[in-house]
Amino acid sequence: MFDYTEKIREIARRLLQEKKVDGIIGFKKGTIPMMNQPVFITSPDRVELLHWDSWCGVNLANYLPKREGRIGIVAKGCDTRSIVVLSQENQVQRDQLYIIGVPCRGMLDRRKVWEVVGSADVKGIEEGNGKVRVWGNGFDLKLERSELLQNNCVICVHRNPVVFDELVADEVEEQSVDRYEDIRNIEAMSSDEKWNLFQEIFSRCIRCYACRNACPFCYCPQCFVDESRPQWVGKTIDRTDTLTFHLLRAFHMAGRCTDCGACERACPVGIPVRLLTKKLEKDVKELYGYEAGVQLDERPPLDTYKPDDPEDFIK
Amino acid sequence: MKRLVLTKDELTAWVRRMTEGVKVFAPVAVGDYDEFRLVDSDQADLIRWSYQNTRLSPKGLFHPQAERMFKFSTSKEDPEWNILKEVPKDFSPRVIVGMRPCDAAALKIMDVNFDTPEYKDPWWVRRRKATTIVGLACTSPSSTCFCTSVNSGPFDTKGLDVLLVPLGGGRFLLEVVSERGEELCQQFGPGGKEADSEAIATYEELKKKAEAALVPIGDLSPFKERDMLEFFNSPIWDEVQFACINCGVCTYLCPTCWCFDIQDEVYESEGCRLRLWDSCMFPLFTLHGSGHNPRAEKLQRVRQRFMHKLKYYVDKYGQGVACVGCGRCVQFCPVNIDIREVIRLMLVQCECAV
Repeated sequence: MFDYTEKIREIARRLLQEKKVDGIIGFKKGTIPMMNQPVFITSPDRVELLHWDSWCGVNLANYLPKREGRIGIVAKGCDTRSIVVLSQENQVQRDQLYIIGVPCRGMLDRRKVWEVVGSADVKGIEEGNGKVRVWGNGFDLKLERSELLQNNCVICVHRNPVVFDELVADEVEEQSVDRYEDIRNIEAMSSDEKWNLFQEIFSRCIRCYACRNACPFCYCPQCFVDESRPQWVGKTIDRTDTLTFHLLRAFHMAGRCTDCGACERACPVGIPVRLLTKKLEKDVKELYGYEAGVQLDERPPLDTYKPDDPEDFIK
Repeated sequence: MKRLVLTKDELTAWVRRMTEGVKVFAPVAVGDYDEFRLVDSDQADLIRWSYQNTRLSPKGLFHPQAERMFKFSTSKEDPEWNILKEVPKDFSPRVIVGMRPCDAAALKIMDVNFDTPEYKDPWWVRRRKATTIVGLACTSPSSTCFCTSVNSGPFDTKGLDVLLVPLGGGRFLLEVVSERGEELCQQFGPGGKEADSEAIATYEELKKKAEAALVPIGDLSPFKERDMLEFFNSPIWDEVQFACINCGVCTYLCPTCWCFDIQDEVYESEGCRLRLWDSCMFPLFTLHGSGHNPRAEKLQRVRQRFMHKLKYYVDKYGQGVACVGCGRCVQFCPVNIDIREVIRLMLVQCECAV
């Protein structure tokens, strides 16, 4: 995927020179290994900053709501699905965008690298031919790329952009995978077991809201946790307060979440936030046969009514 | 200055003896990262003497993320109706073992806020008084560390009472650096042997090596010399702020960010007044009762965080920047906003603006 960089720059240069867009949202190379930084390029002189590799997991659609003008955006499959949802929700207009689509083989998760190297300081990383070489003080390892994928990328079924103006490369093969094994395992638990599991998982939360703020769909002008008159949710790290935040946020994602993994990726303490949103994704799929962010001209099931909508979950 | 050499077993035994007399907090692995936790005598073996640093800084041991300050009753029948009563807190003597020098230096930075001649935060002051700190020198700093550029260093003893230096081969050099450290060693004898010249030579060599491994980020004196508005009005903020998602990772992981919010929570007729960490990255942080928000825009909030650390703090207290170079924000910012790069941009601007 490294060769995408040149193509992205070439497209960006052309779009800016031809004044087709006011700016391009893309990535620039990060200051540390395994990280890149979202960047907004407005001048053709600066397109050399644009960069692409396996560490572009941030969902760039997050930078679209409330942005005016004509925007070029470098977008992976999941980013384009977020763009679809944002368009459906009137947060961005499709004709405002020039989507530079990136067929994606999955983004990598630095936590998985840290797991292998025992949290040692990674000084450098490079990849080629399905292998990732990672080195630091006292180690130099070759790892399988497929074992370092972000968890959401492992089960991704839309690696290719679902909507785009131009692709940077040929489409990649889509995967056919079972997306919900972990969710079924949790569904099979007793209520107590589930409760204990979620208590444990979210006990680490430090209420930094990185999950919420990394999410392209958390664009509410005021989040319910920030309401102070009245204040709906306590601000402590007490488990009730923390779980209230996570559970309510997850429910706001029902029928919208595209499992881009931005929340989980942003979490500084490694909470598997997606467990909640995936359950809702599964429910929406089973109840309404709906997959979020795939069809631009569809209305999401939670804002439509059909006489034959299932209702047997109402007890 | 007293210097001893201890084996790892002797060190563990020393900590174990401490746990029998005082509360001991130490870095232990919690899932895939390290955290300061209360350890008892059985857990002394679990202390991670070779950890890089804890994910969250130990500031929470002095300035908890969420703390009940007072309680009160809202029932008019209660004779103590609406009277704030302090919630009892634990100020018993304690030792924090294994704190990195950067995090100890950070406590000194926070002292200027919580312990001033004019204002004293009683809980901060009492917790600081109750705590003896046994530091752990960094013999292999991370590539994200830059302590030597911000008035500290991998063997810095500022803020420590005792410094431990891993000499390699399962041996540690113990250096007593304060009276309090001396008292700790009297109360709980560390054992070990007097450090010989070879151990001291190793110590010096490790120190030099660790310092050399840290990449300098430049001369920060322009922060003191240049006018505040030159930084404030600089065009760099537009670029710096773009990627920011305004989460609280940098603030909450930072060992020197001390800002907090105070809230009352009432359940039926019982209320409590809480102190909670807050972040200048959040719009709510500066929202006025009138509805006006002086830092409504992301750019203003991002600028605030860096200006506070690098300029306002410098100007107000004259003790350098409010950053110890621990690198936590560099590593864990979800969108790779790197304070070293922000400093570079701010300094480049300094050079040009003649």
